[in-house]
Amino acid sequence: MAKILAVDDSASMRGMVAFTLRGAGHEVTEAENGQLALDAARGGAFELVLADVNMPVMDGIAMVRQLRALDAYKGVPILMLTTESHTEKKMEGKAAGATGWLVKPFDPEQLLATVKRVLG
Amino acid sequence: MGAVDLTQFHKTFFEESLEGLDAMEAALLALDSGSTDHELVHTIFRAAHSIKGGAATFGFAEVAAFTHVAESLLEEVRSERRGVDGELIDLLLRSVDCLRAMLDHTSHGLPAADADSEALRGELVRLVSGEAAPAPAAATPAAASVDGWAIRFVALPHLLQTGNDPLRLFRELQQLGQLDVCRAFVVDAAPTQLAELDPGQCWLGWELRLHGAVARAEVAAVFDWVEGDCELTIEPIAAAPVAPAAPVGVAPTLVAPPVAAPAASPAPASAPRPVRETAAASSEGSSIRVGIDKVDALINMMGELVITQSMLSDIGEHFHLSQLERLREGLLQLERNTRELQESVMRIRMLPIGSVFNRFPRLVRDLERKLGKQVKLELHGEHTELDKTVLEKIGDPLVHLVRNAIDHGLESPEQRRAAGKNETGTLRLDAYHEGGNIVVQISDDGAGLNRAAIVAKAEQRGLIRPGQEVDDAEVAELIFQPGFSTAAQATDLSGRGVGMDVVRRNVRDLGGSVGVRSQSGKGSVFTIALPLTLAIIDGLVTAVGEERYIVPLISIVESLRLRPEMVRKIAGGGEVFHFRNEYLPIMRLHRAFGCNAAITEIERGIVVVVEEEGRRVGLLVDDLLGQQQAVVKSLEAHYQRVQGISGATILSDGSVALIVDVCGVVRLGQRGKAAA
Repeated sequence: MAKILAVDDSASMRGMVAFTLRGAGHEVTEAENGQLALDAARGGAFELVLADVNMPVMDGIAMVRQLRALDAYKGVPILMLTTESHTEKKMEGKAAGATGWLVKPFDPEQLLATVKRVLG
Repeated sequence: MGAVDLTQFHKTFFEESLEGLDAMEAALLALDSGSTDHELVHTIFRAAHSIKGGAATFGFAEVAAFTHVAESLLEEVRSERRGVDGELIDLLLRSVDCLRAMLDHTSHGLPAADADSEALRGELVRLVSGEAAPAPAAATPAAASVDGWAIRFVALPHLLQTGNDPLRLFRELQQLGQLDVCRAFVVDAAPTQLAELDPGQCWLGWELRLHGAVARAEVAAVFDWVEGDCELTIEPIAAAPVAPAAPVGVAPTLVAPPVAAPAASPAPASAPRPVRETAAASSEGSSIRVGIDKVDALINMMGELVITQSMLSDIGEHFHLSQLERLREGLLQLERNTRELQESVMRIRMLPIGSVFNRFPRLVRDLERKLGKQVKLELHGEHTELDKTVLEKIGDPLVHLVRNAIDHGLESPEQRRAAGKNETGTLRLDAYHEGGNIVVQISDDGAGLNRAAIVAKAEQRGLIRPGQEVDDAEVAELIFQPGFSTAAQATDLSGRGVGMDVVRRNVRDLGGSVGVRSQSGKGSVFTIALPLTLAIIDGLVTAVGEERYIVPLISIVESLRLRPEMVRKIAGGGEVFHFRNEYLPIMRLHRAFGCNAAITEIERGIVVVVEEEGRRVGLLVDDLLGQQQAVVKSLEAHYQRVQGISGATILSDGSVALIVDVCGVVRLGQRGKAAA
């Protein structure tokens, strides 16, 4: 199973994502903003990153840009967790180097299906 | 795949949402006071955004629908399509209040929306320009006549760098129907020299045929993440009756349709909206967020304790008298470790008072408008930490004092101008450590206590005799007397008919004290002193027969030995004694608690005079054994509630001592007197 980094400033969302993924056997590391996620990413070889867009300190878009600048994360899938009202954010995320997105609200089944879609 | 139970995250969601609303409120108030910091707008937006996302995820559709509209409005502000004015801030502050109530309802399993929230939502909707009904992401109905799709997919060189993989896309297509790869080719622009080839770049294209009754949108959805990273055409294989026009019509089909606005729920409009305090109360007994530094300190301390322990057991194993000095040292170290550990553990329950102070900018703003006064609020010492329980309970008394200060203390701008003062009054909240206490001060530069009015009212209420001489300290005491303020004269500002006596009682319940200093024309200072923690009290250990009782030091006025002639028996068997111009009932603790072998002649025992809510009684005990800090253990949790006892503690010899609930005992004593 995969090593996944879950990034969200909302403890409930982060908890839900982490709990769901752990339940499916993944190894999940949590981070509550982009900066902490970058620190974690440097220290661990994650196979998938799931990140919220709107976060304090460093938002998801900036985080993706910086992650992609790291050699170890050039081709690692990064999914943005975004809301339907921000279509332009999806494109901004893509431009920064995100692989794709998962639209909030999602339920655990949708999350697992999307993760499966990325990890194969 | 077992269904994941999402209810376990609800509490976290409510907690973080209420925190988000607090942050939103603080940022709105900062904007209101003229700040143009763009980060404030982001903070407000982010809070609304998170609440919406969480509410939708956890199935609180009404909350999500409300926040959705608020968020849309905020998005206009964020993208500078809408300016910020006082009216907008008012509306958003009302939305914050409304959301608090909705979250409170939701957390109690009640319907979140009611007539008020729907009306407010309507106001928001009207304001949001171009709030079109969210387009439902309806999937194109599968065209049955289509045999399949011819797909031409050419990756752009950077496709792999987005973390996407053509192979993954093909596997997904395979799940939709039968997939044939007709041709794979290298793009013309690809480098021809091996040395120029970068494995991170993709120069390939494919022509695919997907057979089966598959909707176009389903095919497009497979490629939605790579839009812009590839050239893509999707064409029907069979002569389809309707030829889709656009080459790439990407519709995100993963999307559940946005939460539809719920129909106005039929909650009665007259249902009282819970005030904010309810929300705070419901979070009692909830979780606590602890800074990592505190946890680290604890772990450090634990480490030292382990070292001490191993050192001591080492001495114990091969003990020889020559090691006595080392043993003594070890025990000393153990004592130090234990004390430090105790302090560290206590610190975990400590939270900054800022969370309570943060309510006040809003309250002050509302009162300013309502009363036509100008107030500058200054907050100092927000980082001062208080025990969580104390913190939760100190909010209401503070709110009351702040309301009073603005309502009664500070003058109107005209009066201030006439008195030669700045038209804007200053209200200052301070929190700081002093000795073993936390002191919270509420100071205003208003008119000070109105001596004449207080004396007149006290006479009218029968608290003092007409014409009685009272000094300044006594005047200040009068306002804390029960019956000084009554519900009848309480405006909606001075709040729910609560008087200063209730403020004092609440503070006393927390083991603290409250007092006031006032200077006519210069202002008043209310000072609340609170213990660092409720878990430890300073107590006087007393002996009653075989038993030990602890009387909280804060309640003790004086201890004395009575001479027989000082005691009077009154009808009904009660006893009173003369103490500073009044007769106080004597409460024999051995009788009240049924202790054996106690001293029964009053002149041989000692009377401890205690005071609670302005009423005093004398407690008869055998002897005073000394002063001690007592760690309070709940009696209810281990046994049951006992009248007159607030808890238990363990003394140094291992025996259990009960802690006297002075309030309860005084009430028992009063009842005895009434019966007498």
